[in-house]
Amino acid sequence: MTVVLTGISHHRAPLALRELVAVPPEGARELAQRLAADGEAVCLSTCNRTELYLAHDDAALAEARAVRALAQLAGLSEAELTSFCYRLHDHAAALHLFRVSAGLDSMVPGEAEILGQVRTAYEVGAAGRVLARLFGQALRSGKRVRSQTAIGENPASVSSVAAALVEQVFDDLRGSRVLLIGAGKAGQLTARSLAARGATIGLVASRKVERARSLARRFGGEGVALADIEEVLGAVDVVVSATSSPGILLSKDQVERVLDARKGRPLFLIDIAVPRDLDPAIHELDGCYLYNIDDLRSVVEASLASRRREAVKGEALVAEEAERFRAWHASLEVVPAIASLRARGEEIRRGELAKAQGRLGELSDSERRAVESVTAQIVNKLLHLPTVRMKEAAAAADGPLYVDTVRDLFGLGDDGSPRRIER
Amino acid sequence: MAEALFFPALIAYGQAALAFFGNTRHPGRLGALGTWGVRLGWTSQSALLVLQAVRAQRFPWDTWAGALNLFVWLVVSAYLIWGCKARYRVLGLLVMPPAAALLLVAWAGGGTTGRGRSRYSDLFLALHVGLVLAAFAAFTLAAGLSVLYLWQERRLKRREAGILSLRVPSLVALDRLVGRTIAIGLPTLTVGIAVGVARVVREGSGVDALMLATLVTWCLYTVFLALRFGRGWRGRRAALLALTGFVSVILVHLALPLTHVS
Repeated sequence: MTVVLTGISHHRAPLALRELVAVPPEGARELAQRLAADGEAVCLSTCNRTELYLAHDDAALAEARAVRALAQLAGLSEAELTSFCYRLHDHAAALHLFRVSAGLDSMVPGEAEILGQVRTAYEVGAAGRVLARLFGQALRSGKRVRSQTAIGENPASVSSVAAALVEQVFDDLRGSRVLLIGAGKAGQLTARSLAARGATIGLVASRKVERARSLARRFGGEGVALADIEEVLGAVDVVVSATSSPGILLSKDQVERVLDARKGRPLFLIDIAVPRDLDPAIHELDGCYLYNIDDLRSVVEASLASRRREAVKGEALVAEEAERFRAWHASLEVVPAIASLRARGEEIRRGELAKAQGRLGELSDSERRAVESVTAQIVNKLLHLPTVRMKEAAAAADGPLYVDTVRDLFGLGDDGSPRRIER
Repeated sequence: MAEALFFPALIAYGQAALAFFGNTRHPGRLGALGTWGVRLGWTSQSALLVLQAVRAQRFPWDTWAGALNLFVWLVVSAYLIWGCKARYRVLGLLVMPPAAALLLVAWAGGGTTGRGRSRYSDLFLALHVGLVLAAFAAFTLAAGLSVLYLWQERRLKRREAGILSLRVPSLVALDRLVGRTIAIGLPTLTVGIAVGVARVVREGSGVDALMLATLVTWCLYTVFLALRFGRGWRGRRAALLALTGFVSVILVHLALPLTHVS
C-alpha cells in the first residue's frame, strides 16, 4: 500500500484559496470516508493547510481522487489547482506529516495547536492499518519534539510576550489588577492575554468615560476617565496602554507621586501605542518596568530565533521517526512472502512426516511429540535467516528483489500461496 | 569510610555546579541532572555527618573546619527545600559552586574526620553552634536570592531581548523568599546568640571580636526586618540590604578560625 499525500498550505497557496479548501471536522469525516472507499484516508485541515492522506494499492488513482476532491472544494479545475498543490508519497509523506505535527512546518515554529488538530483529523478520519500507524507515530513525534527540545517554551506573539514579561515580575498573575488605557483592539488583546493567565482587568480608562465603562463591563471591571488615571494607579499592578493619543498620557512625575503609596510593590507598564502614551522616563523609577512595542518585538524576535534554533534539533528527531516508519512500511512488502515461505516449510514438514509414518511404526505420545518438535525446529532454523534477511532487505529498499528471489527459490505463488512443485 | 562518603558528596556537588552552569546555556536536561547531583551529594554528606557523630560520640563540628562542613550541609539542605523546582534551578548556580569549594576547604582543614576536641558541653555546642550556623545558612541563601533578584531586575531594566530564554523566579517571588528566609534566620540567630551570652555570663568570660561581629550581623538583619515590615522596604533596596548583612556573615566566618574555636 502506498501512502499518498496531496495538500495545499501557506507555503504555496494564498489565504483566499486556503479558506476555500478549509474543512471543518465534520466535513473532514465525510471527505475521509468518501475517499477511503477501497483504502484508507484522513483529512487534515487547519488554518494554514488542508491535506489529504490516502493509503491505497494504486497510488495514481489515490492521487487523482485527492486532487479532484481538493479542486471541488476550491471550485477550480484540477489543472488550475496543480500549481498550488504538493504531492508526496510514502517516506516523504510521512516526513511531512511528522514535521507538521511537531510544528516545524508552521508559520510560527513550534506552535502548540497543531498537535491537537492532527489528533482530531486522525480520530475523525478513516484510517486503517497504515494510516493508523502513520498518524500514531506522527503524534508521538510531535510530543517527542516538544519534550526533547525547547521549541515551544518561549512565547511568539506580542501579546503573549507581554504577559510572559509581566510574569517575570509577578509570580502569579492571579490577584494582579490590570489598568487598560484605551479601548482599541491591540490593547484588548494584550489585556486578554494577561486575563488568560489569571490577571483581573480591574480598570479601563478611555477618553470617553461611557466607552470605558462599556468595555470594563465586559471584563468585569470599572471604567474611569483618562484624567483620573493617576488616582487609580496605586491600586493596579499592570498598566496596558494602547490609545491613538498624539501625546504622553502618563508622565514620570505622576507615577513617582504614587510610588510611596505602593509600598515597594512593582508596577509593570506595557505601552503598545504609536506614538507612545507613557513617558519613557517611567522606566528609570525604582520598581517600575516599562516596555514599548519595539521592546516587545525584540523579545518576540529573540523568542522566534530561539524556536528556529530548536527546530533544527526537531528536524533531526522527525527524520529519525520518518526513517522508522519507512522501515515498518517497507516490511509490509515482504510480510506475505515470509508468511507463504513459512506455510511452504510447514506443508513440506507435514507431508514428509505423513510419508514416514509407516516406517516409524507405532510411536508413543511422547515420541510423537519429540519427532514433531525436532522437525519443526529444523524448519524454523532453516527459515530463520532468510526471514531476517528479507526484513533487513525490505528496510534497505531491496525488499522486492529479495521477495522475487525467495518466491523463485522456494516455488511460491505470486499471490503469496505455495505453488505446487512438479516432481 | 569518611573519605568514601566525602568524595562522592564533593563530586556530586561539583557535578551539580557544572550542570547548573550548562543549564543556563542549554536549559532542560542539564538542570534536572544538576538537581540530582544536589540530592545525591546531600545524601552522601548527610551520611558523612551521621558517621562523624557516631564515631565521635559527641558534637564533632566544634572546629572551624567542622563548622564549615556542617554549614555547607545546612545551606544545601535549605536550598533543597524548594531549589529543585525548575524555575529555581538557576539559584543552584549561586549555591553549588561555593558549597563544593567550602566543602573542599572543610576537608583540607580536617573538618570531615569528626574528631571534636572542644571543652564545651555537647548541649551548648549543639544549641549555640548549630543554631548560629543554621541562621547563617539561611542568610547565605537569602544572599543568593538577593543576587538573583538584582540580576533579574537588571535584565528587566536593560530590556534584554533574550530575557525569556532562561527560566528565573519572578521578582516578587524572589523578594518574598528573601524576606521569609531572613524572618526564619533571625530568630534562630537570636536563640543561638542568647545561648552563647548565657554561657559568657555564667562563666564570666570576656567578649571577643567574633561575638561583636555576630552582634553586628544580628543588628543588620534586625534592621532589615524592621524596614521591610515596618517601612515597606522591598525590591532592590531590600536585596542590597540583605547583601550588606551577608558581608557581615562572611566576616564572622573568616574570623571564626582566628578568634573563636580551635
